[in-house]
Amino acid sequence: MLEYSEKIREIAGKLLKKGTVDVFIGYRKGTVPMMNAPVLIRNPEGVHLLHWDSHCGLNLCNYITKRTDKMGIVANGCNSRNIVTHVIENQIRREQLYIVGIPCTGMINHRAVERAVGLREILEVEERGGRFTVSGGDFEEEFEKKDFLQTNCAICTHRNPVEYDEMVAEPVEEQKKVDAYKDVEKTEKMSSEQKWGFFTRAISNCIRCYACREACPLCYCPTCFVDESRPQWVGKSNDPIDTMTFHILRAYHCAGRCTDCGACERACPVGIPVRQFTKKLNKDAQELFSWETGLDLDQRPPLDVYRPDDYNAFIR
Amino acid sequence: LKGLLEHIGIEAGRLYFSWISSAEATKFVAVAEAIIEEVKALGPAKYLIKKRAKVA
Repeated sequence: MLEYSEKIREIAGKLLKKGTVDVFIGYRKGTVPMMNAPVLIRNPEGVHLLHWDSHCGLNLCNYITKRTDKMGIVANGCNSRNIVTHVIENQIRREQLYIVGIPCTGMINHRAVERAVGLREILEVEERGGRFTVSGGDFEEEFEKKDFLQTNCAICTHRNPVEYDEMVAEPVEEQKKVDAYKDVEKTEKMSSEQKWGFFTRAISNCIRCYACREACPLCYCPTCFVDESRPQWVGKSNDPIDTMTFHILRAYHCAGRCTDCGACERACPVGIPVRQFTKKLNKDAQELFSWETGLDLDQRPPLDVYRPDDYNAFIR
Repeated sequence: LKGLLEHIGIEAGRLYFSWISSAEATKFVAVAEAIIEEVKALGPAKYLIKKRAKVA
């Protein structure tokens, strides 16, 4: 994992020196532990900033939207699928990109780690192979990475990039036999009343900061429907119904486009399981259209095309 | 949309989609009447209703 950093720096340096790319987009170590930040590098001297470990949970695809220069970008499985989606949706041309592929073994859920050490202040997290050490002022504990994966990483079946120009390492083994939609099925079995209760409780802490929207690479509209005031589609206060409307529509705008990268859930400051909304739609896309987002540059998304045999059981 | 709304707790049968040509007046009447019946059976909507601010 850590040896990836060296390799990324080497590739970025080479690309910037040769002028293959104008800018290289990657991660740098965050100023607080477990929070790596995106970084855009223009000079070959700056490549030492680049870094890769299990805390690169934000989606870099946000930074390529509608750019006109040539870019190098690091991409693991889900990020590469978002790049494919961007190309399909004409947000960027494939020729502008030099994709440095990263075989990914998942990201660590920083909230779970914080809970595991009893919410004591963490000053450093160090990773070695499949294990990592968490240390603070008066403690040091070691954990197994596989027990602390982000929930979306635990069910990921596309760890290796689907589209790349160069890989930093050999592909990793994909996870098989994961029951990706166990939680969605559980909710599906509930009654209307239980479902409403479940989702109302889930978003009850929402402060309408729109961090989930900002973190999402799919949300690139120049003006979001929640920000429009003429007409005003949805109330702007944290009225529970307005908040629910926001969450339903945010999810619906991602229907058939979401790669379950988990950036929304990671970015949420109050820990709302926002993926519970999008996951239902991912499940529907898979069941009704056999569609998994961002696997192929030549395939149009299901809600973009008409086929005579499209699912239409809901029309009467 | 129907799938997601029902997943969140809106009762099945409160939202309908139909495709009716402007020449299909009888179909329109039939569908509308059937939907009115079914929605009446469900009673007033319980969820996703915004309360009007009470003005003193």
